[in-house]
Amino acid sequence: MMKKSLSVNRRASILPRINNLFNIPINFFELLDEIAIGIVILDLNRKIVVMNQALKALIGFSQEEFFGVSCAHILRSNVCLYDCPMLHINEKSGPKCTEGNLINRDRQLIPISITSAPLKNFNGKLVGFLETVEDISLLRKLDEKSSHAYKFNNIIGRSPEMEKIFQILPSLAQSDSSVLITGETGTGKDMVAETIHQTSSRAKGPFVKINCGALPETLLESELFGHRKGAFTGAVENKPGRIQHANNGTLYLTEIGDLPISLQAKLLTFLDDKEVFPLGSVKGFTANVRIVAATHRNLEQWVNDGRFRKDLLFRLNVIRLHLPPLRSREGDIQLLLDHFLNTLSTHLDKKIQGLSRKTLNILKNYNYPGNVRELKNILEYAVNICGDRHIKPKHLPSYLVDSDPFDVAFTEQQPATLFVAKTDGSRFVRPVPDQNWPDIEKQMIVEALIKAGGRKNKTAVSLGWSRSTLWRKMNQYGIR
Amino acid sequence: MMPKKILIPLHEDDVAPRFDQATEVLIITGIEKAGSQDTRTIVLPRASSDQLCHLIITEGIHTVICSGIEDDYYQYLTWKRIEVIDSVVGSCKSALKCYVEGKLKPGDILRQASDPSASDAH
Repeated sequence: MMKKSLSVNRRASILPRINNLFNIPINFFELLDEIAIGIVILDLNRKIVVMNQALKALIGFSQEEFFGVSCAHILRSNVCLYDCPMLHINEKSGPKCTEGNLINRDRQLIPISITSAPLKNFNGKLVGFLETVEDISLLRKLDEKSSHAYKFNNIIGRSPEMEKIFQILPSLAQSDSSVLITGETGTGKDMVAETIHQTSSRAKGPFVKINCGALPETLLESELFGHRKGAFTGAVENKPGRIQHANNGTLYLTEIGDLPISLQAKLLTFLDDKEVFPLGSVKGFTANVRIVAATHRNLEQWVNDGRFRKDLLFRLNVIRLHLPPLRSREGDIQLLLDHFLNTLSTHLDKKIQGLSRKTLNILKNYNYPGNVRELKNILEYAVNICGDRHIKPKHLPSYLVDSDPFDVAFTEQQPATLFVAKTDGSRFVRPVPDQNWPDIEKQMIVEALIKAGGRKNKTAVSLGWSRSTLWRKMNQYGIR
Repeated sequence: MMPKKILIPLHEDDVAPRFDQATEVLIITGIEKAGSQDTRTIVLPRASSDQLCHLIITEGIHTVICSGIEDDYYQYLTWKRIEVIDSVVGSCKSALKCYVEGKLKPGDILRQASDPSASDAH
């Protein structure tokens, strides 16, 4: 016992002390250990001189043997080997802060914030480095949570249009009514359908998707309702349909607008009676299925054209969910760019930090006729091509940079959009909403007439029309 | 019996501090017989834990001596019946020497050969 206390006293006498701070000298190591943030002091060769208890706990090494060992081998941070902050520090530089991660002794990857500062003697000469290492995993978790604030399942958005959808989705999922999802291509109809299923009471049941536009009529009928052996040539065995597969779950009919009219009647019967009759069978079975349908067509227009059954539309249209196109989701482009850049960089193992200002300008002002899907594809292309830290315009698909983006896809549901020239001369301009093609055409005719001094021949030539077309259009718009 | 194969991720002459950041590996074959060792260095196209694991499997490695390795990859390799001695700090030469002598343990900090105060292990 006495021997032990003697050795402790001897050790204490050789430990570094801080003099003149108090009346009596204090132990420097003990002072370091009292600080809750990880601290390491390094010599000029970046070898460890001293490390406090907090850092030892963080990295999981408890031995004392690492004194004199290179810091990179003990700290095991991703910034140490190729971008060591100490390499950029000299007598004149101030502290430098950098973020990274380390792998501790328990093989956990811990996000950290490293602050490196020079240690100078009284003459201002660099004698070593001081490094503080802070575990920021809690902050990262909070960041993740705050980014989830703009997320419902896998759907991302913070625009007022998307907020409305996020508000109604949970209650909509809980009901068992049929849902009709409309929206342009690439707006996320499939994702919303899947979310409705996953957050509904049928989540444990199957989610069966069928594309009504992808199969010929005869095959589609067999696919949907199934068939009995011998129902037609080649029907060598009984086959259950997708509706039967979806029993106690959700049946998702995408491109419902492309469903042949004869099958519309059969689907209507199923929606009424909840009973399925496979091809060639006289015996039906009851299926407990929730129907979610989606289309990019204007079904009301198709009903008027006689291409879609009115009664089927009414049965499907119990709950209508319209997904806004990306160009009308104010602020979501930036959010989606950040999200896809993060996920794609991680997935493709690229160290891309962000987009250059010019690239961001191009991407924020593009019209996205293919909506979120197009945005994702553009970024996937750019991340694959980019070998730099920032994505530049040269990494974007050439149609974004070279071609004229004025060829907007006019869809049936979306009124035509008008592009206005920007004064700063940039090539990409945002659409002005709430104006449709007839209005634009009328305005165009009036302007051409004014320019031609009211002469119809000259006006027709300037518009590239024949005189009769101009006359017909003027009549149509009531221009006298 | 197949000769034993050992893989060490490298950073210069040392065991690479991180498995996922190693762009070079050393493969040693035939350590059982003194003087019949065959060593070769492979330079990887880029640092990646997945690619390194793939290389370890395809090369039929028996033992991996490394430093920091994420638990997922450690568990994967041990599940594939590969011995992983991790958290080894020191030069590749001293790590291999300790391994041949049967002294190497996970977490060993081996002093550099140039360090006069150092012993080979622990």
